[in-house]
Formats: sequence, C-alpha cells, structure tokens
Amino acid sequence: MAKKSIGPVRREFKPWESPDHEPFIEFRNVTKKFGEFVAVDNLSLKIYEREFFALLGGSGCGKTTLMRMLAGFETPTSGQIFLDGQDLAGIPPFRRPSNMMFQSYALFPHMSVEKNIAFGLKQDKLPASEIVARVAEMLRLTKLEQFGKRKPHQLSGGQRQRVALARSLAKRPKVLLLDEPLGALDRKLREETQFELMNLQEELEVTFLIVTHDQEEAMTVADRIAVMDKGTLVQVATPAEIYETPNSRFVADFIGDVNMIEAKVAEKSGMGTRLVSVADGFVIESEQETDAGVGDSVWYAIRPEKVRIVQGRGQDGVPNQINGLVWDIAYLGDVSIIHSKVGENDDDIIRATFANVSRMVEKPIMWEDEVVMSFDRDAGVILTG
Amino acid sequence: MKENIAAPKRRSLGAWALIAAPYLWLLILFLVPFLIVFKISLSQVAIAIPPYIPAFDLAEGWQAFRDNLSELSFENYIWLTEDDLYWKSYLSSVTIAGISTLLTLLIGYPIAYGMARSPRSIRPTLLMLVILPFWTSFLIRVYAWIGILKNEGLLNQLLLALGIISEPMVILNTNIAVYIGIVYSYLPFLVLPLYASLERLDGSLLEAAEDLGCPPWKAFWKITLPLSLPGMIAGCFLVFIPAVGEFVIPDLLGGSDTLMIGKTLWVEFFSNRDWPVSSAVAVILLMILVIPIVLFQNQQQKMSERDG
Repeated sequence: MAKKSIGPVRREFKPWESPDHEPFIEFRNVTKKFGEFVAVDNLSLKIYEREFFALLGGSGCGKTTLMRMLAGFETPTSGQIFLDGQDLAGIPPFRRPSNMMFQSYALFPHMSVEKNIAFGLKQDKLPASEIVARVAEMLRLTKLEQFGKRKPHQLSGGQRQRVALARSLAKRPKVLLLDEPLGALDRKLREETQFELMNLQEELEVTFLIVTHDQEEAMTVADRIAVMDKGTLVQVATPAEIYETPNSRFVADFIGDVNMIEAKVAEKSGMGTRLVSVADGFVIESEQETDAGVGDSVWYAIRPEKVRIVQGRGQDGVPNQINGLVWDIAYLGDVSIIHSKVGENDDDIIRATFANVSRMVEKPIMWEDEVVMSFDRDAGVILTG
Repeated sequence: MKENIAAPKRRSLGAWALIAAPYLWLLILFLVPFLIVFKISLSQVAIAIPPYIPAFDLAEGWQAFRDNLSELSFENYIWLTEDDLYWKSYLSSVTIAGISTLLTLLIGYPIAYGMARSPRSIRPTLLMLVILPFWTSFLIRVYAWIGILKNEGLLNQLLLALGIISEPMVILNTNIAVYIGIVYSYLPFLVLPLYASLERLDGSLLEAAEDLGCPPWKAFWKITLPLSLPGMIAGCFLVFIPAVGEFVIPDLLGGSDTLMIGKTLWVEFFSNRDWPVSSAVAVILLMILVIPIVLFQNQQQKMSERDG
C-alpha cells in the first residue's frame, strides 16, 4: 500500500523530524507549582528556529504559565528552560531576548503609537535615527502609517492589536510570544489577522510561540501544535496530524467535532482491526492495528465529514455501514450537520456532515428520514486512552 | 461617545427639577452668600451693629441701587494693596500651602503605592485606616498635636529618652508645626485619589515595559508615575486649596510670626471688627483659589474624556 500523507502541507518545514537539528527553545522537565496547585507538571518540549508553534488548551491547562516562564514573569519550581543554547535561569525579563504580545495588548495609554513602538528600542539605547527608521518600518509592516501620532484610546480594537504586534516585533526578538493575541477581535478580523500573522512570521523569520484556546486559530497559523491538559503535553504534532490522528480521546474531542463510538475488538489481523459497537452492534473495520487485545473495549473516533450519508436503508451487518433515523439537522450554510439516531437510546447519535453543493435539492434529507451512513476503512482512528 | 445620536427628547418637569437642584443649591449656598460678602466688602466700617454702613440698601429699590453703583468705592481693596500685611499673608499662605502639599505628596505617594500593591484582601482594611482619623473631630486632632509637639511633649520626651537630642526642640508655635499639622490633616485627601488611580493601573503595563527591556525601577518613572499623574494632581489640589485658607492649624500650632491669610482674616473680622476689609480679604482669597480650581476642573474633565 502506498504511504499516504496526512492532510495538506503548508510549507516544507519540518526541522523536528531530523534528529541533528538543535532545538531553539527547550523546556527540560519544567514544573511550576502555585502553592499546592501544579500548573505545569514535569514538561519537556523542543521548539525549533523559525517555527510557528502553538500551545493549545482550555483555561487552566498551564499554557500561559509555560509562556510566562519563557518570558521570565514566572520562575519554574524545577527544571530548566533554554533559549538559543542559553539557560534562562536567573535572567530577568528585561534582559531576555524574547518579546511578548499581551492578551490585553498592554499598550501604554499615555504614549502615542510611535512612542509605544519606540519604547523597547529606546531601552536598548539605539541611535535616534535608527529608532525612527525602525518605527517607520514597523508602522509600514502593520499598515499603521497614518496612526503613528494617535494615542491608543483613539484606535479601534484591530488597530490596537496591530500596535501591540508592532511594538513586540520592533526589537527583532529571537522569539515572539503571543498570548491569546486575537481573542478580542471579531471573527472576520480574527481570520484576516491570522493570515497576516503567518505572512509576517515568514517575512521576518522570527520564531513565534502562540498561546490560544481557539483550536481553529492554532490550526490555521501553526506549524506544530502542542495540546495541553492539566499541565502536561497530550500531543505535539502538526495541525493535520492532530486532527486526523489524535492520540487520545482528549485530543480528538478537543479538536473539532468527532463521533466517539465505544466498541469492542472482535478480530485482529495484519490487515487491520474489526470492531463491534457496544451500544448498537454495528461492525467497524479499520486498517489501523491496535495494541488492545481481542475483547478489549476501545473507542473509535470518526469525524462527521468522513461519514457519507444518503437516504434509504442498507443491509444490516455490512461493515462500516450504519442505518439511522434523522433526529436533528443543523443547517450552517456551507454544510449541514445531520444527527442520526442509530440505536434505542436517545444519545446513540452519529453526526454526519452533508456538504450543500447545490442550492436546490429535489428531495432533501428531512427529519425522521431513514438514512444509511458509511465510511472508509481509514476514515477513523482507534483510541485506547 | 455616540449616545447623543438619539434625538433629544423634550425634558419633563421632573427632569428639569433634577437638573436645577444642584444649581439651586449652588445659588443659595454659594452665590448668594458670596454676593453678600462682596456687598459688605464695598461698604464702610462703622461702630454699629452690624459694624458697617451698607454701600446701598436693597430696600430702597432699583433707582437707589443704580445711584449707588455710580459712586461705588473699592477703597477696601485699595487698602489691601497699601498695607503689606495682606499681600505678605497671601504669599505666605500660598507658600506654606505649597510646601505642605509637596510634603504631603512625598509622604502620601509611598502610602498610596504600598496600598495599591498590597494583597487584595487587606486593601479594604488599609483604606479604613486612612479614613479612620475622620471619625474624630478635626479640632481635637489638631489640639492633640500640641501635646505631642510642645517642649515637654511626647515627641521631645521620646527623643530625649532615646538620647537623640540633649535638650528639647522647639517645634510648637513654629512654621514646622504648621507643616506637620497640615500634612497630617490633609494626608487622606491626597492618598485616596492617588490610591484610586494607582489601583486601576493595569499590572500588565509594567510587565510589558519590563518585557521590552525596561528594568522595574525605570518602569516606575516611565509608566507608573505618568499614569498616576491625574490622581496626583487631584490629590494635590484637594490639599492645596483648603490649606491656603486654613485657619485652625496655624492658629493652634503656628507661632505669632506664622502669617496665613486665614488668621489675618480672623483678626480683621473678630479683633478689629472690620467687616468690610475682612470681606475684601475673603473675596481676593477666592479669586486666588479660583485659578487652581479651574485648573483642577479642567484636569478632571480631560481625565473623564480619556476614560470615556
């Protein structure tokens, strides 16, 4: 079988795959406790130069603490952090070669946009002519040329966000830390800004580390994502790998929409695994091999868009084919998500995405319709944890 | 800022009454008394009850008022410029108030800063402690300082006992005692607005400054101090304005050579029974204070515009 690749590839940039690449940022067995609460638990992570890396997780998962330790605002309880080969222990924030863009932007309200951007450069005692040139360059990069003389309170939210970005990039840091940088923007602006961030990162060739709870944002901008939970890394991989091959129920559930089907291993072979759904007895055949033994309980995770749905009724017992009854339809415009009941219980629901490719449909799927759902042998993943 | 897009509705009688209330209050309790004082300041002193000849009698009607208007005499005001006691008193008052304000700021800033940086849980207690002195009469608190500052008072006894000084210092009845009294009495008026502006300061601004390469002590000068300026200005005016006209503190704690306009006014009014001149003194005092008050108002307005 030809080796398929997972998902689209944004750019050919995979330093983490070659073992001779030195990491640019390294967390080595880092633990951070606040009293009894363990915010970061013995975590090790390598981030490479020019990488756009995302720390993704819910609130309280330790992602912000991890970033603040890199910036120097928190001191690790134990463990070491390296940046470009230098141990950061004992180095105060104002001497670290990283800059941070704050969630609240933290723009100095008493200074104009230009002065805000120049603030860091003045601390470095750069010659005045160079400061002026650098500020002008940052204003151009962030399309803020006309707003240089304004005060932050005279700007819109999106403009403030760009000032914050310009200010944190002005010193040409080795690493730019972005703490929920787009959280305060509305959806449209956020999507535009995500692409601007990516372009900026490629243009400046700076390593970006972004903290976010928004999985779409992380998937859009990042080369790699670290999914965090309770102070530990659950999975570190590219967006496509995280989405298509989650390594646990937590990741599958956290990223995107997923059908989580509890099943028992019925048969294992070199060609894959055969599962039987616990609740409803339908058969799933997967080309994936599993460590679980025959008779063990596992989870089969399949994304709604991997499930094909047609009206009608199929033969029982055919692998990867499930009969159902339409229970709910969510019309989202581009797609509809169809919830179908496949068993006796009200929560035996399989969700399938139906792409609305035509504007007019002769016989649309309706509530209470009988439907057949089917999927390929490589459509889902078998999860044991 | 865009609320005024809504078409202005015709205001009801109740709304007018509500708007009129503060103006009515100012009219009755500020403008009318001021006009009375102003009228007295234009009259001549006499041995009578009350001890002045009115410049004009309102009871005589409009015609009499107009007749008198043409022969109004500002001789009391001219007198104020002729005797150097008055301008010296004004100058000395402004100087003493200015120095006291500066001292209050130097002491009050660290207090307010410490309060704003203290754990959130103890802040209400600290705030209480700042307000606590108000629960005792102002007069009694100033009197208490006599017991502390006099030659055989608590302060001298303590310093003697500790061997820091060999003979009692003369503090009471000097300008130093006045400074101490003003700083002590007006400290809360400075601490409270300053604390309010320091507490509002977003901690991430200081982190951002530090992140951009600014050491914490420098960030204080570049960020904290400029951003607490509105609170500082408000607090300083709240100390300076009443301190200029202060009477009780210089009278109780100051010496015979402590020259303050409040004392001069009191002497003029009660000892010399010269109501017209003392009224003129009061009017000029108000004029002097109107300048900082207008500045203060301006500042407040700018601040609310920025926040809005």
